[in-house]
Order: sequence, then C-alpha cells, then structure tokens
Amino acid sequence: MRSEPVVQVQALVKRYGTKTAVDGLDLVAQAGVTAVLGPNGAGKTTTVETCEGYRRPDSGTVRVLGLDPVRQSRELRPRIGVMLQSGGVYSGARADEMLRHVAKLHAHPLDVDALIERLGLGSCGRTGYRRLSGGQQQRLALAMAVVGRPELVFLDEPTAGLDPQARRATWDLVRDLRADGVSVILTTHYMEEAEQLADDVAIIDAGRVIAQGSPEELCRGGAENTLRFTGRPGLDIGSLLKALPADCTAAELTPGAYRVAGKVDPQLLATVTSWCAQHGVMPDRISVERHTLEDVFLELTGKELRS
Amino acid sequence: MTTATGPATGTYAPKPGAAPLPRMIAAQAVLETKMLLRNGEQLLLTVVIPTLLLVLFSSVDIVDTGAGKSVDFLTPGILALAVMSTAFTGQAIATGFERRYGVLKRLASSPLPRWGLMTAKTASVLVTEVLQVILLTAIAFSLGWSPHGGPLAVLLLLVLGTAAFSGLGLLMAGTLRAEATLAAANLVFLLLLVGGGVIVPLDKFPAGARGVLELLPVSALSDGLRAVLQHGAAMPWGDCGILAVWAVVGLAAAGKFFRWE
Ligand SMILES: Nc1ncnc2c1ncn2[C@@H]1O[C@H](COP(=O)(O)OP(=O)(O)OP(=O)(O)O)[C@@H](O)[C@H]1O
Ligand SMILES: [Mg+2]
Repeated sequence: MRSEPVVQVQALVKRYGTKTAVDGLDLVAQAGVTAVLGPNGAGKTTTVETCEGYRRPDSGTVRVLGLDPVRQSRELRPRIGVMLQSGGVYSGARADEMLRHVAKLHAHPLDVDALIERLGLGSCGRTGYRRLSGGQQQRLALAMAVVGRPELVFLDEPTAGLDPQARRATWDLVRDLRADGVSVILTTHYMEEAEQLADDVAIIDAGRVIAQGSPEELCRGGAENTLRFTGRPGLDIGSLLKALPADCTAAELTPGAYRVAGKVDPQLLATVTSWCAQHGVMPDRISVERHTLEDVFLELTGKELRS
Repeated sequence: MTTATGPATGTYAPKPGAAPLPRMIAAQAVLETKMLLRNGEQLLLTVVIPTLLLVLFSSVDIVDTGAGKSVDFLTPGILALAVMSTAFTGQAIATGFERRYGVLKRLASSPLPRWGLMTAKTASVLVTEVLQVILLTAIAFSLGWSPHGGPLAVLLLLVLGTAAFSGLGLLMAGTLRAEATLAAANLVFLLLLVGGGVIVPLDKFPAGARGVLELLPVSALSDGLRAVLQHGAAMPWGDCGILAVWAVVGLAAAGKFFRWE
C-alpha cells in the first residue's frame, strides 16, 4: 500500500532572466529518502527551493505534502524542515542558541540537548556561527532542519565538505529519520551517499530529470558493464575488437591495463580469455565490474566538466 | 520501499506544528535584541557615540547652541540621533547582513510569518531605544538638563521617527548589497549627524540649504523634540507631519521593493 507522494513536480520551468535553470522538470517523490543527483548548475537547488516555497514556478505545478508551497505556505512551513545549501544563521549567534531558537518556533520540538549531543555540536560552546568550522556550520543547519519534528525534510547538499566521521553521523541521522517515518529529499554530488541512503534517485541534468529509479534499477538499466584485465603492454586492440561482439568497446587505459565495455556475460568472458590464449597473453587480475551509480551518472551526464 | 512506515513512534517521529504566534514573535524579538546588544559596532553606534557627543558638547563650548544651557539644546538632538542610530543605521546594517547570510531566507521557511519577523524586529528596535533613552536622559540630568513639555508629544515624535527611520533602513537593507548598505548607512548617519540639526543648529546653514535640511527626518525629529523639551511646545504638528510622510513613503517603498535574498 503506497501513500500519496510527498512531492509532485510537473513540467516545472524556472528562469532567471534569460537563463533557464529548470526546463520542464517532472519529479515524483514517495515517502522515504529521495536523492537528487546532478552536475553543478543542473538545477537541483532551484528545484528544491521551489518545493520549499522560495520561488514561484514560471510554469508547471509543484505540490508538497499535497499543498501549493507558495499559496499554502502557512500550512506547509511547520510541516517541512529546510537545510539551505549554505548560511541561514545569524553571524553572531552560537550554535545552541540558534538551534534553541528554531525549536521555539515549533509546537513539539525535539530535545535540543540530545540533538546537540548527537551531532557533536556540544564542542562549539560559546563560539559564534561565523567562527565555526564549515562542517560545524553544516551540522547546525542540519539540526535546524529536523528540530521541529517535520514530516518532510529538504537537505541541500547536507554532507558537502564534511569529514568522514561527520558524513557517517549525517547518514545515520537520515537513516533514523527514515526509520521513524520522516521523508527526506536530499541533493548530493556523492554517488555513494545516494546508493547508501536513497530509496529513490533522480538524476537531473540541464534542468530536467534524465533518469529516476532505485539505485539498483539505475545501475542495472541500460548501463553497460565492464571487464578489466592486465597483460603485457601494447596488445593489438584491433584484433581483440574483431573477436568481440559488434557493440563492445575495448581500450588500453594505461600501459598493460585493458578494459572491455559492453554486455558482459559468460560468453563475452570466454571470448576474451580465448583471445588471450591465442595470443599467448596471461590475463592477470581479470575482473567483471557491476556499474556503480557514478558510472551511470557519468554516462548519462557526460564526462566533460560543464561551464 | 523496503520497510513499511506504520504509525511511527521513534525520537524523530513527525509531530509538526507552529508554536503559538505570540511565543514565536517574543522569541524572535529576544534573539534579535541579543544579537544587537552583542555586536560591538552596533553598540558603538547606538550607545557610545550618542553618549560621547552628549557629554562632550554639553561640557565644552565648541558649537554655539544659542541662548540657554547647551545641554537643553543638545539632549533632544541626541535623542533624535539615538533613534536614528537604532531604527535606521543599526537596523539597516543588521538586516542587510541577515539577508546576505541567508538568515531571512531560512526564517522565511520557518513557521514564523514574515510580518511576525518584522514585528519582532520592531519590538527589538523599541526595546533598544528604551534602553538608550533611559541611559541618555540619566546622563543629561546629571549634566543639568531641565526638560519641559508633555511626555505624550515626545512619545508620538519618537514613534513616528522610529517608523520613518525603520522604513528607510529596511528599504536600504532589502535592496542594496550588504556591503553597500554598511557603507551607505554609516555615511548617511554621519551626514545627518552634521546636517540634521542634531548638534549644529540648522540656522548656522545658508537659508537655501536650510529649507531642504529641515525636511530631513532627523531634522524634523530633533526640531520637534527640541520644541517640546526645550521650549515647552504642546504638539509640533509640522514636524510630526514631515515624519509621518517619511514613514508612509519609506515603509511603503520597503514593503514593495524589499528582497528577501
Ligand atoms: N539567483 C539566481 N540568479 C540567476 N541565476 C541563477 C540563480 N540561482 C541559480 N542560477 C542559475 O541557475 C542554474 C541552476 O542553478 P542551481 O543552483 O539550481 O544548480 P544546482 O544543481 O543546485 O548546482 P550546484 O550543484 O552547483 O549546487 C545555474 O546555471 C545557475 O547559474
Ligand atoms: Mg545547489
């Protein structure tokens, strides 16, 4: 039994002047954790901020918990928690002071001391926000997003710039939120994060969703697999290609390190090893790789750096 | 979904809700006031400078303040300056940086409505002004100040002045970059300190300039306060009118042009 989606975005268009940041984006997020992935400038923040009620769509519709984020903002605001991509705290405020303040704006906030303890913010002591480390600032913003016991939390790059321990702590919190029935929409550049946390992943590029599904579905669907082996440098790739099925590619990545990409099945493995046998090559460290979300991501969004 | 999400019971189980409005606004006002009193530059502007000017110019005859004790001339002007420093300069700078650092943005998605935030800001300005007035009048009395006039007229002038300066300060904070607001608000403070009849009587200026300077909000406020406190006038309607016009224009423009991020 599926409850209604927590976020429904239909044909959303959002422009800044002449620049189209979101270009007919459709996204449905169910209860649970949804990760939004995409290169810099893809439109993640714009989309999330439209859901939070900060931006009015140029066209298209947005519903969050069944409400219009702009027109029904009063009803919606107490029910969502927001972590902006950066900032949001008085530069002179101490971490605990700001968190207690946000708690006071809600009817049934979490226990602030426990949250401070859990996110390791106790060590911030009397330091003002401006002088906190980047990671401490991030954790404070995260705490502010959850302290009001919302039904749905928006986290815009919650682990950007965190050390591995702090990242784990954030992941654990997201998992606990999910287990306790809080839905989470998070944006991230870390594929591992999406694979670890998300029930559902949406990949955005140039203002559109170009793929959506569970991490497993995305890694399976469409994406090719890879076979790697090492041998002596300078093997005849042309000859190898002739032996392989037509839709396969082969390359020597670094001297002696070979990669075959295509539909990797037992037949392909046999073809490669018999070609090696014919050419007197001992294929060391032969391995078959399942595609990671990162491969899928790069495949879909291209490998060049965008401007 | 891999796990069913039944009626949740854990620590983070959703239990959303806004706090009662008066509680939100009170909490916001307390925080805003704390931030203001904690900020060294703000205190310099709102407390140290008015106090120093009052003490300095009352005890040393640098500017010719006309007939009578100079403290009787100066105190109304310094009170006007205090109102300007808090409602205009301080509020503009603080709000400009809150906008820049995403504080206004973050609060906009909290349960606190925007008008609630503005109400809290106003409350925090008023609290600061009360503290300033207590401090400055205590100092003035110790310097031999003898005020006249009715408290009602003084109160009305202070309220109108606060409204006028808040409108202008918020207009600046909501439209300019934070650094530009910082520079401009300080510059305006300085110019109005000299040219707004605060310590230098306006009749020291050429007649043409004077006609314009008299229309400035700080001139209207100091002139009005002076009419009541120094000369015992009943209600300086002209000055109240000037302040009311500034208040309406400033607040309307701020309401229209203020950008939250
Ligand atoms: N306030 C703004 N004014 C003008 N253009 C903007 C504004 N905000 C975003 N843009 C532009 O819109 C596009 C999408 O930006 P957005 O911030 O949504 O991307 P993003 O996916 O969150 O990127 P990142 O991963 O870098 O955070 C970018 O090209 C950006 O330059
Ligand atoms: Mg972003």
